[in-house]
Amino acid sequence: MIVTNAMFKLQNSVRRYLSFTLLLVMALGFSPGYAQSAPDKTTTFNTLVDELAEGSLSKRIKTVSAIATLKHERSAIVLSALQDGSLKATRGDPTLVVIELEDDSLLSAQTGALINDDLGRLKRIPIHNKLRSQLHTLVAQLNLSSPDKAIRLGAVNRLITDGGNEETATTLQALRESEPDSGVRDAMSTAIAMYNIQSDDANVRLNAVKQLQGSLIPEVRGPLAALADSDPDKAVQQEAQQALESIEGRLKVFRFSENVFFGLSLGSVFLLSAIGLAITFGVMGVINMAHGELMMIGAYTTWVIQQLLPNHIGISLFIAIPSAFVVAGLVGIAIERGVIQFLYGRPLETLLATFGISLILQQAARSIFSPLNRAVSLPEWMSGSLQINPALSLTFNRLYILLFGLMVFFALLTILKKTSLGLKVRAVSQNRPMARAVGVRASWVDALTFGLGSGIAGIAGVALSQLTNVGPNLGQAYIIDSFMVVVFGGVGNLWGTLVGAMGIGLLNKFMEPYAGAVLAKVLILVLLILFIQKKPKGLFPQKGRAAAD
Amino acid sequence: MLTQRLLTSDKGGMVVLGILALTCILVPILNLAVPESSPLHVSTFTVTLLGKFLCYALLALALDLIWGYAGILSLGHGAFFALGGYAMGMYLMRQIGDRGKYGDPLLPDFMVFLNWDSLPWYWLGFDMFWFAMAMVILVPAILAWVFGWLAFRSRVTGVYFAIITQALTYALMLAFFRNEMGFGGNNGLTDFKDILGFSITADSTRIGLFLASGIMLIIAYLACRYIVTSRMGRVIVSIRDAETRTRFCGYQVESYKLWLFVFSAILAGIAGALYVPQVGIINPGEFSPLNSIELVVWVATGGRGTLYGAIVGAFSVNYGKTIFTSFYPEAWLFPLGLLFVLVTLVLPKGLVGLFSRFKRRHKKSNDAKQEDAP
Amino acid sequence: MNPFKHARNWSTRALPVKDPNFGHAVDTSHGPILYIEDVNVSFDGFKALNNLNLFIDDGELRCIIGPNGAGKTTMMDVITGKTKPDSGSIFFGQQINLQHLSEHQISRGGIGRKFQKPTVFEALSVYENLELATADDKRVWHILSHQLTGAQRDKIDEVLYTIGLSQHVHNSAGNLSHGQKQWLEIGMLLMQSPRVLLVDEPVAGMTGEETERTAELLTSLAGKHSVIVVEHDMAFVRSIAKKVTVLHQGSVLAEGTMDQVQSNPKVIEVYLGE
Repeated sequence: MIVTNAMFKLQNSVRRYLSFTLLLVMALGFSPGYAQSAPDKTTTFNTLVDELAEGSLSKRIKTVSAIATLKHERSAIVLSALQDGSLKATRGDPTLVVIELEDDSLLSAQTGALINDDLGRLKRIPIHNKLRSQLHTLVAQLNLSSPDKAIRLGAVNRLITDGGNEETATTLQALRESEPDSGVRDAMSTAIAMYNIQSDDANVRLNAVKQLQGSLIPEVRGPLAALADSDPDKAVQQEAQQALESIEGRLKVFRFSENVFFGLSLGSVFLLSAIGLAITFGVMGVINMAHGELMMIGAYTTWVIQQLLPNHIGISLFIAIPSAFVVAGLVGIAIERGVIQFLYGRPLETLLATFGISLILQQAARSIFSPLNRAVSLPEWMSGSLQINPALSLTFNRLYILLFGLMVFFALLTILKKTSLGLKVRAVSQNRPMARAVGVRASWVDALTFGLGSGIAGIAGVALSQLTNVGPNLGQAYIIDSFMVVVFGGVGNLWGTLVGAMGIGLLNKFMEPYAGAVLAKVLILVLLILFIQKKPKGLFPQKGRAAAD
Repeated sequence: MLTQRLLTSDKGGMVVLGILALTCILVPILNLAVPESSPLHVSTFTVTLLGKFLCYALLALALDLIWGYAGILSLGHGAFFALGGYAMGMYLMRQIGDRGKYGDPLLPDFMVFLNWDSLPWYWLGFDMFWFAMAMVILVPAILAWVFGWLAFRSRVTGVYFAIITQALTYALMLAFFRNEMGFGGNNGLTDFKDILGFSITADSTRIGLFLASGIMLIIAYLACRYIVTSRMGRVIVSIRDAETRTRFCGYQVESYKLWLFVFSAILAGIAGALYVPQVGIINPGEFSPLNSIELVVWVATGGRGTLYGAIVGAFSVNYGKTIFTSFYPEAWLFPLGLLFVLVTLVLPKGLVGLFSRFKRRHKKSNDAKQEDAP
Repeated sequence: MNPFKHARNWSTRALPVKDPNFGHAVDTSHGPILYIEDVNVSFDGFKALNNLNLFIDDGELRCIIGPNGAGKTTMMDVITGKTKPDSGSIFFGQQINLQHLSEHQISRGGIGRKFQKPTVFEALSVYENLELATADDKRVWHILSHQLTGAQRDKIDEVLYTIGLSQHVHNSAGNLSHGQKQWLEIGMLLMQSPRVLLVDEPVAGMTGEETERTAELLTSLAGKHSVIVVEHDMAFVRSIAKKVTVLHQGSVLAEGTMDQVQSNPKVIEVYLGE
């Protein structure tokens, strides 16, 4: 398993890659080994780079070769900048050669230092096709022999996607023997096979096809399909067909796993939004239609805290979790004390009153924060994805939310099972007068339970803010799904909520490819209504005489 | 005998019916016969607004019948309203003929826009008024029947039923937003030209639609009164108060709920059908759960379980909304939300209950005065 | 093997709805009107009924006693179709298998039930409560379009007299005293002209005088109807019972006259021992 970080996923963007290398170089500083030969090598390098800016194209070809042979640590950077046209020169005298990054900032080509002066208009150093293909090979070769494993791997992957030539193939073959890293070595074998697959020799092709069997890199399939379709050699054709089939088989498995992941991830969102409901609805028998808005409050809390700490996105997220719990919890307690406590035993009235509250909260969010959606930035470790192989990558934010959802779930389970509040909550929910008789302050327990459920809604809001934009309608989008989860799982059973959430999440994701997102939702609602026919009290009904009434 | 049964002991209803009948007589006269310069003239805008309110009142009546009497809270009644509206909209679309933007004699504009080359099967027949009217009744009725049969059979009651009906209208909204459904997607059905050959924008047509809505409301009110004053009405109230006991009295509770639900859905569908030509558009927004829930607040505000309270509620809340949104167009949710909370907390019997409490106190203080006076 | 095999099909199909009073066609030629055989019900592993066997004769007045949790209420739930047994059979007369019928069908067929907590329709008047319970075609259309017949109204008057509420005919049921509500509920059972009356704790919360009147009422009903009374009040049971069944842990512990039962060592142990 190769864990790539966010920057790495975008190997194709050379500019990104440039700035990465730059950081690396700056971080390492100049190693003492370079110190002896560096002065004259660097001088030569500087001169050669300056020469790139002038002279004819044919002369530039020579200069480029010279830079490559010099193997200066910035050779690859300068050459690839030249290749993709970000190497520019000033118009003045003396001419400065600079690299223009994506964000318009300029770096000195020779040292990589940031240039803050205004250099006036820049001209791009021109290249033509012949030079471009030369650069392609040279950059690849330079990178392939880089001491950094990640750069080597990047170079090999580029060769796989862009296709190599004979020269690079030979280089690869030679380098593969001495390559210490098995991952890079495998990639090199694939790259060589990708070249060999075009060979005129049927045997070479056959071996290459065998090599490519089971590879999940998307670019492999095109050439394989071509061979499977119309290779003159029967054996190669057959082998290619087999290889394609095995690739398809593996892809299916990974696509399935990806669906499972997305389903569970959606399920974890449902879980987060539904467990708060499950407490207030299942344990207290109170329907809280403002639950979605409590989630919205949690999400806005995250946004506000991020606005207060714009430079510490990661920390602000960790502050947001307890804050959202407290803010939403307090609002919940206020709702319970202010309205719901007068309506116990009248579930329909509770439903209507809390719906009114939800409308007020929505409108309040609209008035305070504007009706527009607000974007919450993700901390670095939340963005990007876990690349398991070329066919399967799991985005970090969904992965973390899945884990987070389960954590919250088990924390809540522990609270209800192990703490005295949990005991009191269960006592009140099972027999209110009896609980009161043994000295439980029912109204106090009610308020705290409601606060707990609301606080969890707030936490769910924090999680949601990492997935979508924060807006006044945030809660509305999830409330019906959450109710469905609670109904599906069975009221008064947290495990049911877990299974219900994950089940509905999975069902959603598996139906989407066939029915489309909207129709999938509609179908699930219909299925749920039919499901209630079979099991009116959900998957995990509360049994016993009390439940039969 | 029958009129006596329907109208005695229903003073509030008599008053409301009287006002309704008077409005139905006066408004057309004041609009058509009184010149525009006169201060007594009622503008066509007002006529349409009142017509709209009448449709809302009919819808509220439908909900009050099942919520107020049988205790079945449907948070998806807007769905039946919208379905009735769509059936009417489809008829009006077919009436446009080749006067659409693209001039296709058969296909409505949005279908031409989607490059469809023929009319989907479920649009067939909607060029005939009687067929469309049959659909106005049948489509909500069938949906209510299937849905109610499934729900009541598995004894889904109370809040569960409320939530599932909300999910129902939500699902329909999602479905109708899709262009592939063939109901105009996002934009819905609009740009209507005429109904039964009369131009839809003409003053006389507006008056006609207004009258139709008013008469329909009166008929529906009497029909609902007939039900609630019959033995069935008593069975329904028993189901609301003690469902199990009613079952042990030998009543098949499910079928009572089902028939009442279907009847209520039909009324809602008719309300939708009368509403669409007056406002000139029907789109998936009508399915939005918020609409259905607003409807609940009309009934709650008016006073549920009285029938005429629903009419009072629909008029007063919507009148309030019209006034309020003309001053603060964006903030309607504040008073609406507050209304929900206040009605459930302090006005469980709604305006009607408030009024009768007032009257009782007034009477009491009068009695007291009489006793004081020698 | 199964003597009722043919009957099962018959009872599930046409009968109950078509003839609202099929209870009168119940075949009691062998004596008992209710056969409860080997019935088991369990909730979450707790055996509420454990191989319960009970036979009630036509016209009999039977008292059922037992400590809390003995399965008395569950037994009533099983007879009236509220709870379906896990195994065993319940027959109404020789031929009608109650397991296949739903609550309203069983009720129409002639098994009436009074709940432990009096449940009358409080929003309706005493008259309307009885009207609701009247034996009639109880399908929607009939109820919507028909008024009560003269005979049915006479029957209401008769029942009003029996339960002693003639004075309160137009009062709201919600305003009745606790005891009156109990009687009204019994009256509602009578309106259904049932063959079997299941009466759950009829005298709970009643004054002494009310209890006496209730005892009279119930004994007067026996003979015309089979009456099953579940009661805790031993004095009351002694005053009305000819035959008493003691339930314990979901099955019959003892059966016999009050004296026999009270001297049964097993019963003494259950009531006093532990």
